[in-house]
This record gives sequence, structure tokens and C-alpha cells, in this order.
Amino acid sequence: MANGEGVSGPILAADGRPLKQSLARALRMQKMRALALIAPLLIFILVTFAAPIADMLFRSIENSIVPATLPLTVKALEDWDDASGKPPGEEAFAALHKDLLVAVDAKAHTKLGSRLNYEQTGIASLLRKTGRHVKRMKEDGNLAAQFAKVHKGWADPETWGTVKRFSGSHTSGYFLNAVDARLGSGGIEARPDNERIYIFLFERTLFLSIVITVSCLLIGYPVAFLLATLPMRTSNVLMILVLLPFWTSLLVRTSAWKVLLQQQGVINDTLVFVGLVADDARLAMINNQTGTIIAMTHILLPFMILPLYSVMRTIPPSYMRAAKSLGATDWTAFWRVYFPQSVPGIGAGSILVFILSIGYYITPELVGGTSGTFISNRIAYHISSSLNWGLAAALGVILLIVVLVLYWLYDRIVGIDNVKLG
Amino acid sequence: MAALPPYASTGQKIWYWGFRAICALVFFFLIFPLLVVVPLSFNSLPYFTFTPEMLRFAPGAYSLVNYNDFFTNSDWQNALYNSVRIAPVATLLSVSLGTLAAIGLSQSHVPFRGAIMAVLISPMIVPLIISAAGMYFFYSRIGLQGTYVGVVLAHAALGIPFVIITVTATLVGFDRSLTRAAANLGANPVRTFFKVQAPLILPGVISGGLFAFITSFDEVVVVLFVGSAGQKTLPWQMFTGLREQISPTILAVATILVVISICLLTTVELLRRRSERLRGLSPQ
Repeated sequence: MANGEGVSGPILAADGRPLKQSLARALRMQKMRALALIAPLLIFILVTFAAPIADMLFRSIENSIVPATLPLTVKALEDWDDASGKPPGEEAFAALHKDLLVAVDAKAHTKLGSRLNYEQTGIASLLRKTGRHVKRMKEDGNLAAQFAKVHKGWADPETWGTVKRFSGSHTSGYFLNAVDARLGSGGIEARPDNERIYIFLFERTLFLSIVITVSCLLIGYPVAFLLATLPMRTSNVLMILVLLPFWTSLLVRTSAWKVLLQQQGVINDTLVFVGLVADDARLAMINNQTGTIIAMTHILLPFMILPLYSVMRTIPPSYMRAAKSLGATDWTAFWRVYFPQSVPGIGAGSILVFILSIGYYITPELVGGTSGTFISNRIAYHISSSLNWGLAAALGVILLIVVLVLYWLYDRIVGIDNVKLG
Repeated sequence: MAALPPYASTGQKIWYWGFRAICALVFFFLIFPLLVVVPLSFNSLPYFTFTPEMLRFAPGAYSLVNYNDFFTNSDWQNALYNSVRIAPVATLLSVSLGTLAAIGLSQSHVPFRGAIMAVLISPMIVPLIISAAGMYFFYSRIGLQGTYVGVVLAHAALGIPFVIITVTATLVGFDRSLTRAAANLGANPVRTFFKVQAPLILPGVISGGLFAFITSFDEVVVVLFVGSAGQKTLPWQMFTGLREQISPTILAVATILVVISICLLTTVELLRRRSERLRGLSPQ
């Protein structure tokens, strides 16, 4: 300081501002610039990807169709106790009559029917039948009897109970359905045995994914070990054999397995030719769990080998030599020295393969038959065939939660920044 | 595994060769399904297995009939046309937006970096069937379901994580003093980017683009739900072919796709090595 008075004052930048302020400003500018570069992509992803996921979350609990189609009935049912064992009074039937007159004109009663049919089988036909007769009914104070005459379901308190329980604009019905439960008159209850399917499917998905992950690990570990210990030049050449399937279209690999595993396919033909299998006892290796496991192990194997390889590459070979020179046998040196250091690779590869396999759709659909399909095949079925979108969304949300928990684990173990490709 | 020392015991020798045999089997398992479709695709009869004539290399057993069908059948040609129309546009979108964002993400002070990264990578982590379901619901709400634009946007979103990952990986080794030197010599930020930064990160951008391209080109699940018959792509046609009327033309298509993936793999490997050499990471 030229005049010697700024000793206790703030240090100034060239433009006369305090340096601290000036630095903070520069930092803010830098942050803004970085964010401005990221913003277009972030907005793009939010619109094209995050919004659809949010929409799915919303669909899994959305139930506005019932209060929108039957506004008066929902109100009239507020005082009715669905545990009373009796159908509601005349005023509820009058409200239902008014609501249905509007709904039939808008053809909304069939949609309502298919919505409520998910909760109680038979309501769809009940509403369709009632819809055909509702215009002929007279408001003479005896609508209850007229409704019961059209379909005896209206005299059943169970029908009314279903309408009342699902009259809110949000529902837990789809999620309960997705775990084989339902909202009965006495609260949440398990579905009858012959309607239980989803818990079983989730279990099968988990079981098959674990089998696939373990088989990938068992056959991927030796290869990764070999690649990591060979000289760079050789291992680069062998690496192509791992990378080529990784780059090849999923459908090419699936169709190859379909060709190989068929009853009249290459593997069965070879086995019959060699004489291991009789011609009339060809192995059934496709359209069952075996097909799914073999094809998916092949498809996901590169995702196991690559993370294992990148961890093993960093393990210094001198550790094994040191262990051996200290008297360890080959096995002890591997098991006590090398293997513990490769555990992070095992974790990364296993979680990656597991995440990928748990949500697989194409391969199980094509080679899985009925016993080798996953929960994702059921989701696709509900979207495109049964049109129960709410249930598809609820199943999707459950699957998504499982995957996100695993993703979080993966992030903790490996870090998303450390994901490498090729 | 170092070479076998001369004093190795018999057990060690057995284990050494046994281990290599196991690895050879695994490599065989990895590559055999891809190789087997190639000769089968030249089968002159509509079978999915080797006919006795093929094993004897009889001249009439091999023919180009499947390839002929692929190039003349209007279903396959439409599918090919759609694939070629969708994948490059989706790639262009993900590469341009992704590169920009990757440059932003590699700055030294980025607020919420972890959260932003997690969102941008999520299309790769979320199972395809869930992305497809959500996109189907949402795109039909806003009128994009069953349109070309909808499929392109969906595929671009799926390709973005790959671009982000490859380009940020290239930028990690980027020497910041180069941009400072350029600025010091009087170049403005735009000129610095195109003359200094872009040539150095180009290999990463191209391999990210190839990943994004192959993602879109191979993708079935999302296009199955977001697209309609007018956007039927090659993988979609293969999928229906495999599920409903399995025709040997699929083998010809598979062979063509294997050749394409060999070309892509070669390009990516060459780029990776060039990039490592440029940045001085591998001393070769």
C-alpha cells in the first residue's frame, strides 16, 4: 500500500473492490457458466425422461375415474357403513341413477366398469348390463328394487363396498394388487390363492437374476483373471472376444441362442450325432428357465468381465510373488492375497449384472416360454394386452425402487463417476 | 499369470493348462453364438440348422437366398429405412447436448454435481421396460406417442448417459493450462473451444456418439411402446420375426449386424488408443 493506511483494511483487487468480494463474484460467474452449459441437457432429460417416470408414479395411485364418473353416488355413500352387511338406502340408488344417466351418454360407465373390475371381478359386466337398462328406469322411489332386478349384484353390499372403498381420487389398490393383496371390507387382505401371481413372479425374477449373476461371476472371474495377468499385447487381442458380443445387437445374440438351443437346433443335432442323446429324447433347452439363464448369462457376461478386469489390472503382481516367496502355496497366495483385492470388482460387476438382469424384457420374452419370464414381461403384458395401466405402473414402481436401491449401493461401492465403457 | 517356470510340479502344470482350457471354453461360449449364425445365414433351405449337404460343402447347399429376401422384402426394407432415419438424428441430439453438459460438468465448481450426474446417468440405470412404460404413458398424454419425433426424443434420452460418461472420461485427463494459454494468447472462449479443446476431446465425443448410435440402433423395448407401425425399426422387425413367424432372413440380418458391430468396435478401439496416445496416458 503506497500511503500506508490500508494495513487493517480489506485487500483490494485491481478494480478497487475488496478481493474477497471479487473472488466470490468470479466463482459465482464460473458456477453460472457451468450450469448454463448443463442446463439444456438437464431440461431435455427432465422432459423426455424424468417426466415420464413421474407420470408413471402418478398413474400407479391415480383413481380419479370413480369420483369423476359417480360424483353424487360417492357423496351419498359417505354415511353408509360398508361393514353393516346391508346395501345402502334409496338415496344412494337415486344418486347412482343420476350419475349413470350422465355416464351412459358419455360412455364412461364401461371404463368405470373395467377400473372397478380390477378390484372385484364381475363389476364390468354388472355396469355394462345396468348401462343398457338405466334409461328405462323410473324415479318412483323404488330404484333399489329396479337396480336389483337388472342385476342382483346391486343388492349385494360387497358391490357397494367396492365402490365406496375406491371412491377416493387416489388409491392404494394397484400397489396392493401388485403384492397379491386387496382392500376388502375388513381392511387389507390377501387375495385368494388362485389369483396370487405377482409375489411369485417377483421371487422368480430375483431368483433367476441371482442365478444369472452367480453364473456370470463364476465363468467371468477366470477370464478376467487371465486377461489381467497376460501381457498387454495378448490381452488386448483376447479382449476383442469379450467386446465383440458387447457391441453386437441384443437381438442377434438372442436369435443365435434361439437357433442353437432349439429341439432341431445345432446343439441338439450335435448331441444326437455324437450319440449322447437319443433322437427321440432331445433336450428342451428353450422356452423355459434354462433358455433364459443360458442366453442371459451370455448377454450379460461382458458386463461382469469388464469391471472385474479393470479392478484386477490394478493389483500389483508382485504381491502374489511375495506371498509365494514367503512360503504360501499357489492356492493360499490366491485366496489370501489376490482374491480379497479383487472383491471390489466382484461387487461392481455383480451389482451391474444384477441391475441389468432384473429389468430384462426382450430375451426372457423370446426364449423364456412361460416358466422363464420376468416381472417385466408382466408389465409389458399389462400395458399392451390387458390395458391395466395402473397395475403396470405399480409393478414398475416396485421394480424401480429395487433398482434404485441397488444403484445407490453401486454408487457407494464404485461411484458413478468411475463407470467406464469399453 | 506369468509363464510356467521350468521347475513347476506336475500339479502346477495340470492346473496351468487346465485353467487355460477353462478360459478357452468361456471365450468359445462368448463368441460361438455370433459365429454360428454366419454360415447358417447362407443356408439355401429354410432351416435353422446345418443340413447334411452343408456339412459336405455341397455347392447347392449354400446360397444368398436369405440376403436376397432381406434386400427385396418391403417389410425389411422399411424397417431398415426407419432405423437409418431414427438412429443418426437421436445420436446427433444426444452428442450435441451431452458434450456441452460434459464440458459444464468438468468445470471445477459445479453446484449439485452429484445430483445432476445421477439424473443424467439414470436413463442407463432404469430398466428399459420402466422407461418404456413411463414414456408410453407420458408421450400419449402430450401427443408424441406413435410419432417419429417421440421415438427420436426417447432414443436421444437413452443415449445421453453414454456420451456423458465417455466425454467426461476424456476431459478428466485434459490439461487446463492449454485453455489458459490460448486465452493468454488472445483467443476468445469460442475460438479456444474449437481450436484447442475440441480436437483433443474429439475421440471421446466420437466414441460416445458411437455408443449412442448403437443404443438407438439396437433398441427394441422403448420403440415397441413409444413407436407405432410407421416407426418399425430393424430390431423391432427382428423381434416380431423371432416371436411370431421365424424366418431365416433373420440370420442374414444378424450376420449383417455382426459385421456392422465389428466395424464399430474397431473404430472405438482405434479412437481409444489414439486418445490415450494424445494425452500421453499410455507410453507406446
